[in-house]
Amino acid sequence: MTEKKIGAFICRCGGNISDYVDVEQVRKEIAREDNVTVAGINMFSCSDASQEDMIANIRENGLDGIVIASCSPKLHLNTFRAMAERAGLNPYQYIQVNIREQCSWAHTHNKDAATRKAVSLVREGVAKAKLSEPLTPIELTAQPSVMVIGAGLAGMRAALALGEMGVTVYLVEAAPEPGGSIKGRKSLFPDNSSGHELVESLLERIRANGNIVLYTSAEILEKTGSVGNFTIRIQVDGKNETTLSVGAVIVSTGSGSYRPTDGEFGFGLSCVLTLNQYIDMLDSSTDTFLLNGRKIRNIAYIYCVGSRRTGKEGNRYCSRYCCSAAVHTAVRTHEVDPSIGQFHFYRDIRTYGAYEELYHEALKKGSVFLKYGLKDPPQVTEVSGSGLRIRAKDLLTGAETVELETDLVVLVTGMVPGENSQLIDILKLPVGKEGFFNEIHPKLRPVETVMDGIYIAGACQGPKTLSESVVSGMAAVAKSASLVLTGKVNLDPFVARVLTEKCTGCGECISSCPYGAISMKETPDGTVVEITESLCKGEGACVAICNEEALEIKGYGHNMIKAMIEALGG
Amino acid sequence: MIVDVKSTVLPKILVFSTDSISDPGIDLAGASHMDYSTGAMVISVPCSSGIHPGWILHALKNGFDGVFIAADGTDCPFLEDCTARTGNIVAAAQALLKENGIDPMRLKMAAICSVCSESFVSHVEKFNSVLLKLEA
Repeated sequence: MTEKKIGAFICRCGGNISDYVDVEQVRKEIAREDNVTVAGINMFSCSDASQEDMIANIRENGLDGIVIASCSPKLHLNTFRAMAERAGLNPYQYIQVNIREQCSWAHTHNKDAATRKAVSLVREGVAKAKLSEPLTPIELTAQPSVMVIGAGLAGMRAALALGEMGVTVYLVEAAPEPGGSIKGRKSLFPDNSSGHELVESLLERIRANGNIVLYTSAEILEKTGSVGNFTIRIQVDGKNETTLSVGAVIVSTGSGSYRPTDGEFGFGLSCVLTLNQYIDMLDSSTDTFLLNGRKIRNIAYIYCVGSRRTGKEGNRYCSRYCCSAAVHTAVRTHEVDPSIGQFHFYRDIRTYGAYEELYHEALKKGSVFLKYGLKDPPQVTEVSGSGLRIRAKDLLTGAETVELETDLVVLVTGMVPGENSQLIDILKLPVGKEGFFNEIHPKLRPVETVMDGIYIAGACQGPKTLSESVVSGMAAVAKSASLVLTGKVNLDPFVARVLTEKCTGCGECISSCPYGAISMKETPDGTVVEITESLCKGEGACVAICNEEALEIKGYGHNMIKAMIEALGG
Repeated sequence: MIVDVKSTVLPKILVFSTDSISDPGIDLAGASHMDYSTGAMVISVPCSSGIHPGWILHALKNGFDGVFIAADGTDCPFLEDCTARTGNIVAAAQALLKENGIDPMRLKMAAICSVCSESFVSHVEKFNSVLLKLEA
């Protein structure tokens, strides 16, 4: 039995774990395990204070193995490895146990059972820590190039920023022209800049930058390899295929727009438009403002169409950007024709941050805001010869019924996930329950995905304003540039090794290795196999076929896996 | 359907998942609060082609009622023929189980990709039912 001193720390994760798992019970049971010198509970293990506390514990108690039972290793494995290193421990003697995604969040129905499972999982972690050994990471060369998929605003800005850093960028756009949803827009909120001019100025800079290659009408066909060394096959114009080597990928494919169902708030009637349709109309209007040949006198906006729904229709989430976009559009309309009456039927107004000024400007210019409830949404009917009638209960005036005759109804619709099924299939990017690409953590790792080296930016991740899209694009630039500009990527040292005392020298493992990493070696005690570590990928194909258990992957040894099984099964 | 832990002894299922493919899919199930049996517990390995058949026998002799290999399938970042190799491991393990008087039905394999949360939960629940029948 090893004499290792192990520290085990159970994370409450605020209440994400402790609401569903009795963490004190887990701590008590783990404290009784052999070799566990310290057993503690952290409110947030990832916080600076908790990390300093654990570092002090490691140093004061001379710990040579630690277990943190918290979230998925995808989120904080590197955080805690770095912490272990700061405390003087080899990072590979830190073991992370996932009791959040694989326990508390999956078993919210039964705290007792979830607690028992958490105890088993932490015991497994302790068993692994007991047999863990110091290891050194493997350093590989990373390709000094990045592929940006999607040439909307976020993608173009990201490509430009990377190109200006000297990184080779392949900017791949599915449409015949770059620019995404803003290329035809006359006036973007909040500063009324021209979408067309913005796209053209970015394109000019992209073309002038010798590091950026732009592909339009291009489709991603295949991705192989891993972080630092991806090989991606694309097809341009439906015929020419090109294979590109990149160290990282930024996905910025944008979003779609919610399309109301027929009859939803009158959608389908000739004078009922979505916000985007109305903005198109506004962009194309000059000094006269007509709809179907008639001058517009009144406009009614209905907010939250397709958003914040509780039933099967529409989306549950708030699309965030649409209140500000609608209010900005109303201000523009006031400026085109101040005589037009504008009435906003809203559930809640979310013109957050500086966009609140747009709301006040709309009020000053004469917009009228009326609040409706989900139980009594506005009813839109067609009135023969005089346009549309909208009927709603205004909660701001004691749920008084309001009737308004209007020439135009604008449905303020939100963003929906873009059509990305082929890309999801090729890149294996996870999507969240709303259908947008999922980041690892919205605050801590907002542009990283579970696929190392693949980042997300812009509205493909969720509804965003243009400035928010650019900010996330810059974050993805920072992450991908820091990866490729170092020219190297550190990989876990989980490669195969030979337990020579068990090896019979049969050589069956040699043909099992597709990378040619195994060869025969003569020793004074006979013939055995040996591993060329630089060729080994660590998948373990050789491990599985060796009946003698003479091959194992570092960090996944036979004794370790069996000890983990016993700890879980016991 | 989730088996009520208070009225039924839950089968213990050891899930061999893979670090970069099936583990994210299983995490996604939890992140989406998709409930499944608390008897299912995960050990992650780099690739399903590296699971030693002896580990499966060891699990079934040491407290587990079933072993589920959440395989990389065609998404494997290491091997194009990962599915075939993992299939060979399953065949070897089933032979080993028979030799040891253990029903091969206690071993199940399915490809679980990094977004296959629903598929994972469905497989675990079906396997749970199979194991409950074997116990009956």
